[in-house]
Amino acid sequence: MKHVLFRFLPSLLLALALCATAHAATALKAGVFEPAQAAPEFSLRGSDGAELKLARYRGKLVLLVFGFTNCPEVCPTTLATLAETRKAMGADAAAVQVVYVTVDPERDDITRIRQYLGAFDPGFVGGTGSPDALAAVRKSYGVAAEKVARPGGGGYGMSHSSSVYLIDREGRLRAMMPYGHEAKDFVHDLKLLLASR
Amino acid sequence: MRLGRFLAWATGLLALALLAGLGWAAFAPITLDSHDELFEIPKGTWARRMAGDKVEILPDLINLTLALNDTLLLRNQDEVPQQFGPVLIMPGQSFRLPFEVASTYSFACTAHASGQMSVVVASTPAPGWETLQWRWKRWTARG
Repeated sequence: MKHVLFRFLPSLLLALALCATAHAATALKAGVFEPAQAAPEFSLRGSDGAELKLARYRGKLVLLVFGFTNCPEVCPTTLATLAETRKAMGADAAAVQVVYVTVDPERDDITRIRQYLGAFDPGFVGGTGSPDALAAVRKSYGVAAEKVARPGGGGYGMSHSSSVYLIDREGRLRAMMPYGHEAKDFVHDLKLLLASR
Repeated sequence: MRLGRFLAWATGLLALALLAGLGWAAFAPITLDSHDELFEIPKGTWARRMAGDKVEILPDLINLTLALNDTLLLRNQDEVPQQFGPVLIMPGQSFRLPFEVASTYSFACTAHASGQMSVVVASTPAPGWETLQWRWKRWTARG
Protein backbone atom coordinates (compact mmCIF):
# COMPACT_ATOMS: atom_id res chain seq x y z
CA MET A 1 0.00 0.00 0.00
CA LYS A 2 2.82 2.32 1.04
CA HIS A 3 4.69 1.40 -2.10
CA VAL A 4 1.70 2.26 -4.31
CA LEU A 5 1.21 5.58 -2.51
CA PHE A 6 4.84 6.60 -3.03
CA ARG A 7 4.62 5.60 -6.66
CA PHE A 8 1.66 7.85 -7.35
CA LEU A 9 2.50 10.68 -4.95
CA PRO A 10 4.58 12.76 -7.45
CA SER A 11 1.81 12.55 -10.09
CA LEU A 12 -0.77 13.51 -7.49
CA LEU A 13 1.29 16.50 -6.33
CA LEU A 14 1.85 17.58 -9.93
CA ALA A 15 -1.89 17.36 -10.68
CA LEU A 16 -2.66 19.41 -7.57
CA ALA A 17 -0.07 22.03 -8.57
CA LEU A 18 -1.53 22.23 -12.08
CA CYS A 19 -5.05 22.63 -10.66
CA ALA A 20 -3.80 25.41 -8.38
CA THR A 21 -2.13 27.16 -11.35
CA ALA A 22 -5.24 26.86 -13.50
CA HIS A 23 -7.39 28.24 -10.70
CA ALA A 24 -5.03 31.19 -10.20
CA ALA A 25 -5.16 31.93 -13.92
CA THR A 26 -8.95 31.99 -14.04
CA ALA A 27 -9.11 34.21 -10.97
CA LEU A 28 -7.14 37.03 -12.58
CA LYS A 29 -8.82 40.37 -13.17
CA ALA A 30 -7.03 40.61 -16.52
CA GLY A 31 -7.91 38.67 -19.64
CA VAL A 32 -6.11 35.33 -19.57
CA PHE A 33 -4.37 33.47 -22.39
CA GLU A 34 -4.86 29.70 -22.21
CA PRO A 35 -2.57 27.93 -22.66
CA ALA A 36 0.10 30.53 -21.93
CA GLN A 37 2.85 30.68 -24.54
CA ALA A 38 6.27 32.34 -24.68
CA ALA A 39 5.97 36.11 -24.98
CA PRO A 40 7.42 37.27 -28.31
CA GLU A 41 11.01 38.40 -27.77
CA PHE A 42 12.41 41.65 -29.13
CA SER A 43 15.63 43.59 -29.16
CA LEU A 44 15.42 47.38 -28.79
CA ARG A 45 17.54 50.26 -27.49
CA GLY A 46 16.76 50.59 -23.80
CA SER A 47 16.33 53.90 -21.99
CA ASP A 48 18.90 52.68 -19.45
CA GLY A 49 21.53 52.48 -22.18
CA ALA A 50 21.49 48.69 -22.47
CA GLU A 51 19.85 46.43 -25.02
CA LEU A 52 16.19 45.98 -24.09
CA LYS A 53 15.16 42.33 -24.25
CA LEU A 54 12.56 40.41 -22.29
CA ALA A 55 15.19 37.78 -21.51
CA ARG A 56 16.89 40.40 -19.30
CA TYR A 57 13.97 40.18 -16.90
CA ARG A 58 13.57 36.41 -16.65
CA GLY A 59 12.71 35.72 -13.03
CA LYS A 60 10.65 38.92 -12.79
CA LEU A 61 7.09 39.70 -13.80
CA VAL A 62 7.06 42.11 -16.74
CA LEU A 63 4.31 44.62 -17.39
CA LEU A 64 4.64 45.52 -21.06
CA VAL A 65 3.07 48.77 -22.28
CA PHE A 66 3.00 50.42 -25.71
CA GLY A 67 2.68 54.20 -25.96
CA PHE A 68 4.33 57.53 -26.76
CA THR A 69 5.61 60.31 -24.54
CA ASN A 70 3.38 63.00 -26.12
CA CYS A 71 0.31 60.96 -25.23
CA PRO A 72 -2.17 63.32 -23.58
CA GLU A 73 -4.17 60.87 -21.47
CA VAL A 74 -3.88 57.10 -21.87
CA CYS A 75 -0.12 56.73 -21.25
CA PRO A 76 0.09 59.11 -18.26
CA THR A 77 -2.89 57.36 -16.67
CA THR A 78 -1.49 53.88 -17.29
CA LEU A 79 2.03 54.74 -16.11
CA ALA A 80 0.73 56.48 -12.99
CA THR A 81 -1.38 53.40 -12.23
CA LEU A 82 1.64 51.13 -12.69
CA ALA A 83 3.79 53.37 -10.47
CA GLU A 84 1.07 53.19 -7.80
CA THR A 85 0.95 49.42 -8.27
CA ARG A 86 4.68 49.04 -7.63
CA LYS A 87 4.43 51.20 -4.50
CA ALA A 88 1.54 49.09 -3.23
CA MET A 89 3.48 45.88 -3.87
CA GLY A 90 6.01 46.76 -1.15
CA ALA A 91 8.99 44.41 -1.14
CA ASP A 92 7.49 42.43 -4.03
CA ALA A 93 7.93 45.46 -6.30
CA ALA A 94 11.51 44.29 -6.87
CA ALA A 95 10.04 41.33 -8.75
CA VAL A 96 8.03 43.56 -11.11
CA GLN A 97 9.51 45.33 -14.14
CA VAL A 98 7.57 47.85 -16.24
CA VAL A 99 8.70 47.96 -19.88
CA TYR A 100 7.41 50.80 -22.07
CA VAL A 101 7.84 50.46 -25.83
CA THR A 102 7.32 53.59 -27.89
CA VAL A 103 5.03 53.66 -30.91
CA ASP A 104 6.49 57.04 -31.95
CA PRO A 105 10.21 56.59 -32.72
CA GLU A 106 10.24 59.90 -34.62
CA ARG A 107 9.98 61.91 -31.42
CA ASP A 108 10.77 59.42 -28.66
CA ASP A 109 14.52 59.04 -28.37
CA ILE A 110 16.28 57.36 -25.46
CA THR A 111 16.81 60.59 -23.50
CA ARG A 112 13.22 61.71 -23.87
CA ILE A 113 11.84 58.30 -22.85
CA ARG A 114 14.16 58.13 -19.81
CA GLN A 115 13.10 61.59 -18.61
CA TYR A 116 9.44 60.85 -19.23
CA LEU A 117 9.41 57.50 -17.41
CA GLY A 118 11.53 58.87 -14.57
CA ALA A 119 8.70 61.23 -13.66
CA PHE A 120 6.54 58.19 -12.87
CA ASP A 121 9.04 55.67 -11.50
CA PRO A 122 12.80 55.63 -12.05
CA GLY A 123 12.65 51.84 -12.21
CA PHE A 124 10.62 51.83 -15.43
CA VAL A 125 12.57 50.99 -18.58
CA GLY A 126 11.60 52.18 -22.05
CA GLY A 127 12.62 51.07 -25.49
CA THR A 128 12.84 52.39 -29.01
CA GLY A 129 14.23 51.23 -32.32
CA SER A 130 13.80 51.65 -36.04
CA PRO A 131 10.22 52.09 -37.28
CA ASP A 132 10.42 48.62 -38.86
CA ALA A 133 11.72 46.98 -35.67
CA LEU A 134 8.98 48.62 -33.60
CA ALA A 135 6.32 47.65 -36.13
CA ALA A 136 7.51 44.04 -35.90
CA VAL A 137 7.23 44.11 -32.10
CA ARG A 138 3.71 45.54 -32.33
CA LYS A 139 2.72 42.91 -34.87
CA SER A 140 3.94 40.10 -32.65
CA TYR A 141 1.68 41.33 -29.82
CA GLY A 142 -1.27 42.36 -32.02
CA VAL A 143 -0.86 46.00 -31.04
CA ALA A 144 -2.39 48.69 -33.25
CA ALA A 145 -0.77 52.13 -33.65
CA GLU A 146 -1.53 54.83 -36.16
CA LYS A 147 -0.44 58.41 -36.67
CA VAL A 148 -3.36 60.85 -36.51
CA ALA A 149 -3.31 64.55 -37.37
CA ARG A 150 -4.16 66.86 -34.46
CA PRO A 151 -7.15 69.15 -35.11
CA GLY A 152 -5.99 72.60 -36.18
CA GLY A 153 -2.80 71.29 -37.80
CA GLY A 154 -0.72 71.29 -34.58
CA GLY A 155 1.51 68.27 -35.17
CA TYR A 156 0.26 64.73 -34.74
CA GLY A 157 -0.85 62.25 -32.13
CA MET A 158 -0.81 58.46 -32.08
CA SER A 159 -3.87 56.27 -31.80
CA HIS A 160 -2.66 53.08 -30.12
CA SER A 161 -3.72 49.99 -28.19
CA SER A 162 -3.85 50.77 -24.52
CA SER A 163 -3.74 47.39 -22.79
CA VAL A 164 -0.96 46.18 -20.50
CA TYR A 165 0.58 42.73 -21.13
CA LEU A 166 1.44 40.57 -18.12
CA ILE A 167 4.46 38.32 -18.66
CA ASP A 168 5.35 35.80 -15.99
CA ARG A 169 8.76 34.97 -14.51
CA GLU A 170 9.34 32.24 -17.07
CA GLY A 171 8.75 34.69 -19.94
CA ARG A 172 5.25 33.46 -20.84
CA LEU A 173 2.55 35.86 -21.92
CA ARG A 174 -0.10 35.12 -19.32
CA ALA A 175 -2.63 37.93 -19.51
CA MET A 176 -3.67 41.29 -20.89
CA MET A 177 -5.19 44.00 -18.69
CA PRO A 178 -7.43 46.37 -20.65
CA TYR A 179 -7.10 50.11 -20.08
CA GLY A 180 -9.00 51.57 -17.15
CA HIS A 181 -8.20 49.12 -14.37
CA GLU A 182 -7.05 50.50 -11.03
CA ALA A 183 -3.76 49.74 -9.26
CA LYS A 184 -5.50 47.34 -6.87
CA ASP A 185 -6.43 45.09 -9.80
CA PHE A 186 -2.81 44.98 -10.96
CA VAL A 187 -1.64 44.26 -7.40
CA HIS A 188 -4.20 41.44 -7.17
CA ASP A 189 -3.04 39.81 -10.41
CA LEU A 190 0.67 40.31 -9.82
CA LYS A 191 0.44 38.69 -6.40
CA LEU A 192 -1.38 35.72 -7.93
CA LEU A 193 1.23 35.41 -10.65
CA LEU A 194 4.06 35.68 -8.13
CA ALA A 195 2.44 32.91 -6.09
CA SER A 196 1.92 30.62 -9.08
CA ARG A 197 4.45 28.89 -11.27
CA MET B 1 -75.62 27.41 -16.34
CA ARG B 2 -73.19 24.82 -14.91
CA LEU B 3 -70.95 25.16 -17.94
CA GLY B 4 -70.96 28.95 -17.58
CA ARG B 5 -69.87 28.74 -13.94
CA PHE B 6 -67.15 26.21 -14.82
CA LEU B 7 -65.83 28.46 -17.56
CA ALA B 8 -65.80 31.46 -15.21
CA TRP B 9 -63.86 29.46 -12.60
CA ALA B 10 -61.47 28.13 -15.21
CA THR B 11 -60.84 31.60 -16.62
CA GLY B 12 -60.29 32.98 -13.12
CA LEU B 13 -57.82 30.22 -12.26
CA LEU B 14 -55.99 30.69 -15.52
CA ALA B 15 -55.75 34.44 -14.93
CA LEU B 16 -54.43 33.83 -11.41
CA ALA B 17 -51.83 31.36 -12.69
CA LEU B 18 -50.76 33.83 -15.37
CA LEU B 19 -50.45 36.63 -12.82
CA ALA B 20 -48.44 34.42 -10.51
CA GLY B 21 -46.17 33.44 -13.40
CA LEU B 22 -45.66 37.07 -14.42
CA GLY B 23 -44.97 38.03 -10.81
CA TRP B 24 -42.36 35.33 -10.51
CA ALA B 25 -40.75 36.27 -13.85
CA ALA B 26 -40.62 39.93 -12.86
CA PHE B 27 -39.44 39.68 -9.27
CA ALA B 28 -37.67 36.35 -8.73
CA PRO B 29 -33.91 37.03 -8.52
CA ILE B 30 -31.84 36.00 -11.54
CA THR B 31 -29.34 33.34 -10.60
CA LEU B 32 -27.11 31.91 -13.27
CA ASP B 33 -23.75 30.25 -13.37
CA SER B 34 -20.86 32.01 -15.08
CA HIS B 35 -21.52 32.17 -18.79
CA ASP B 36 -18.86 32.37 -21.49
CA GLU B 37 -19.88 34.42 -24.50
CA LEU B 38 -17.84 32.39 -26.97
CA PHE B 39 -16.55 33.57 -30.32
CA GLU B 40 -14.48 31.03 -32.19
CA ILE B 41 -12.30 31.26 -35.28
CA PRO B 42 -12.79 27.90 -36.99
CA LYS B 43 -10.07 25.90 -38.69
CA GLY B 44 -9.49 27.03 -42.25
CA THR B 45 -10.48 30.68 -41.71
CA TRP B 46 -7.12 31.99 -42.87
CA ALA B 47 -7.28 29.84 -46.03
CA ARG B 48 -10.79 31.13 -46.74
CA ARG B 49 -9.64 34.72 -46.31
CA MET B 50 -6.69 34.11 -48.62
CA ALA B 51 -9.15 32.72 -51.17
CA GLY B 52 -11.04 36.00 -51.08
CA ASP B 53 -13.89 35.11 -48.69
CA LYS B 54 -14.87 37.95 -46.40
CA VAL B 55 -15.09 36.14 -43.09
CA GLU B 56 -16.54 38.19 -40.22
CA ILE B 57 -16.59 36.35 -36.91
CA LEU B 58 -16.38 38.97 -34.22
CA PRO B 59 -19.09 41.66 -34.34
CA ASP B 60 -18.25 45.37 -33.85
CA LEU B 61 -20.46 45.40 -30.78
CA ILE B 62 -20.79 42.73 -28.09
CA ASN B 63 -23.35 42.94 -25.28
CA LEU B 64 -22.65 41.31 -21.93
CA THR B 65 -24.52 41.41 -18.64
CA LEU B 66 -22.40 42.02 -15.58
CA ALA B 67 -24.18 40.28 -12.71
CA LEU B 68 -24.91 37.26 -14.87
CA ASN B 69 -21.14 36.66 -14.84
CA ASP B 70 -20.85 36.88 -18.61
CA THR B 71 -17.26 36.52 -19.71
CA LEU B 72 -15.91 37.19 -23.19
CA LEU B 73 -14.19 34.05 -24.50
CA LEU B 74 -12.27 34.21 -27.77
CA ARG B 75 -10.85 31.00 -29.22
CA ASN B 76 -8.60 30.44 -32.22
CA GLN B 77 -9.03 26.98 -33.78
CA ASP B 78 -7.24 28.01 -36.96
CA GLU B 79 -3.70 27.02 -37.87
CA VAL B 80 -2.24 30.54 -37.87
CA PRO B 81 -2.22 33.36 -35.27
CA GLN B 82 -5.33 35.52 -35.55
CA GLN B 83 -6.01 39.08 -34.48
CA PHE B 84 -9.26 38.68 -32.61
CA GLY B 85 -10.66 41.95 -31.31
CA PRO B 86 -8.02 43.50 -29.07
CA VAL B 87 -5.73 40.47 -28.91
CA LEU B 88 -3.51 38.32 -31.04
CA ILE B 89 -4.36 34.71 -30.29
CA MET B 90 -2.09 31.83 -31.22
CA PRO B 91 -3.40 28.64 -32.87
CA GLY B 92 -5.23 26.49 -30.33
CA GLN B 93 -5.18 29.27 -27.78
CA SER B 94 -8.08 31.04 -26.11
CA PHE B 95 -8.43 34.37 -24.34
CA ARG B 96 -10.91 34.80 -21.51
CA LEU B 97 -11.75 38.35 -20.45
CA PRO B 98 -13.89 38.98 -17.37
CA PHE B 99 -15.60 42.32 -16.65
CA GLU B 100 -16.37 43.71 -13.20
CA VAL B 101 -17.69 47.18 -14.00
CA ALA B 102 -20.76 48.01 -16.11
CA SER B 103 -19.50 50.27 -18.89
CA THR B 104 -18.74 50.46 -22.60
CA TYR B 105 -15.25 49.19 -23.37
CA SER B 106 -13.66 50.24 -26.66
CA PHE B 107 -10.69 48.38 -28.08
CA ALA B 108 -8.52 49.22 -31.05
CA CYS B 109 -9.04 46.34 -33.46
CA THR B 110 -7.45 45.95 -36.86
CA ALA B 111 -9.85 43.10 -37.70
CA HIS B 112 -12.70 45.58 -38.15
CA ALA B 113 -13.11 48.17 -40.85
CA SER B 114 -13.96 50.77 -38.19
CA GLY B 115 -10.68 49.99 -36.40
CA GLN B 116 -12.62 49.52 -33.17
CA MET B 117 -14.52 46.91 -31.25
CA SER B 118 -16.85 47.73 -28.35
CA VAL B 119 -18.07 45.59 -25.50
CA VAL B 120 -21.10 46.95 -23.70
CA VAL B 121 -21.34 45.53 -20.21
CA ALA B 122 -24.78 46.17 -18.72
CA SER B 123 -25.64 45.82 -15.05
CA THR B 124 -28.19 43.30 -13.74
CA PRO B 125 -31.77 43.92 -14.84
CA ALA B 126 -33.72 45.70 -12.07
CA PRO B 127 -36.56 43.72 -10.45
CA GLY B 128 -39.89 44.29 -12.22
CA TRP B 129 -40.24 45.30 -15.83
CA GLU B 130 -36.51 44.97 -16.73
CA THR B 131 -36.26 41.46 -15.28
CA LEU B 132 -39.50 40.48 -17.02
CA GLN B 133 -38.16 41.78 -20.35
CA TRP B 134 -34.86 39.96 -19.81
CA ARG B 135 -36.61 36.64 -19.10
CA TRP B 136 -38.91 37.09 -22.07
CA LYS B 137 -35.99 37.74 -24.43
CA ARG B 138 -34.12 34.73 -23.07
CA TRP B 139 -37.18 32.50 -23.38
CA THR B 140 -37.98 33.60 -26.93
CA ALA B 141 -34.33 33.28 -27.96
CA ARG B 142 -34.40 29.64 -26.82
CA GLY B 143 -37.60 28.84 -28.66
